[in-house]
Amino acid sequence: MKSLEELMAIKAKMQDKVALRTSSGETRIVVGMATCGIAAGARPVLSAFVEGVNEAGLSDSVMVTQTGCIGICQYEPVVEVYTKDAEKVTYVKMTAERAKEVIEKHIKGGKVVTEYTIGALKK
Amino acid sequence: MDELSLYVLDITMNSVRAGATEITVELREDGKWLDFTVSDNGCGMTREQLAKLENPFFTTRKTRKVGLGIPFLKMLAEMTGGYVKITSVHESESSDHGTVTMARFGCDHIDFIPLGDMVETVKALIQGSPEINFVYRHSNDKGEVYLSCAEMKAVLGDIPLNEPEILSWIGENLREQYKGIGIV
Repeated sequence: MKSLEELMAIKAKMQDKVALRTSSGETRIVVGMATCGIAAGARPVLSAFVEGVNEAGLSDSVMVTQTGCIGICQYEPVVEVYTKDAEKVTYVKMTAERAKEVIEKHIKGGKVVTEYTIGALKK
Repeated sequence: MDELSLYVLDITMNSVRAGATEITVELREDGKWLDFTVSDNGCGMTREQLAKLENPFFTTRKTRKVGLGIPFLKMLAEMTGGYVKITSVHESESSDHGTVTMARFGCDHIDFIPLGDMVETVKALIQGSPEINFVYRHSNDKGEVYLSCAEMKAVLGDIPLNEPEILSWIGENLREQYKGIGIV
């Protein structure tokens, strides 16, 4: 594998930052990555959240994780957002574009994007 | 699923869920066939489970009643003139347990689908399970793309592989290697 030296340089730059990262996980974004999710387009959604959180400088307080099938396959890609004080929010039929919007409005702005939630869909 | 890399992601997730700590994902192209193999040291399957594996109405999960990963893979492989072969040793049988899933696809066949973005698949796997030692190889007549999580960890120490800086390095490194074997 090439340029492991590069990795060494990245490590040196990161060490202090990671050491400070103790509060990680105040907010959790969970992307469904079972067959149903993947087939419906969960991979680009996941990567939009990972990149979006990083670009927004929120990596210290927001964790992006994956989960298996949660049983609502017809609504995939499904993304659940857990915040410290509020109830869990379930976003359905997600896309990379919608992911960016959720980061902007919900994760950064604190305002749930109601139109993409499972509640809005069932009405 | 419209690209092969999504099948690779889906099938490799089986190894993740089987509790594997070492997973090797390998793609080999010889012009005629694309062979995809994923081997893991996870819990493995019993003979009984293995026999039911191709049945879409068999699954061990509790959240839904169908398991489509392997049936999808098998359908696509067979449509292109290939096949799927799965061998597994359950943890109750031997300490050397795990599963090997091998799928062969005919590249020239009209039903063959594009490979798609393997880099995104590898990144998604490592993002979700930074603790697992993935080995990734993809070879063709021009050479090989290679990534080893264990080698990365030897350099990085306790910095997890799913840190954004590391994930983007993985992406850039793989894309550069892919250019080297003529796949962009």
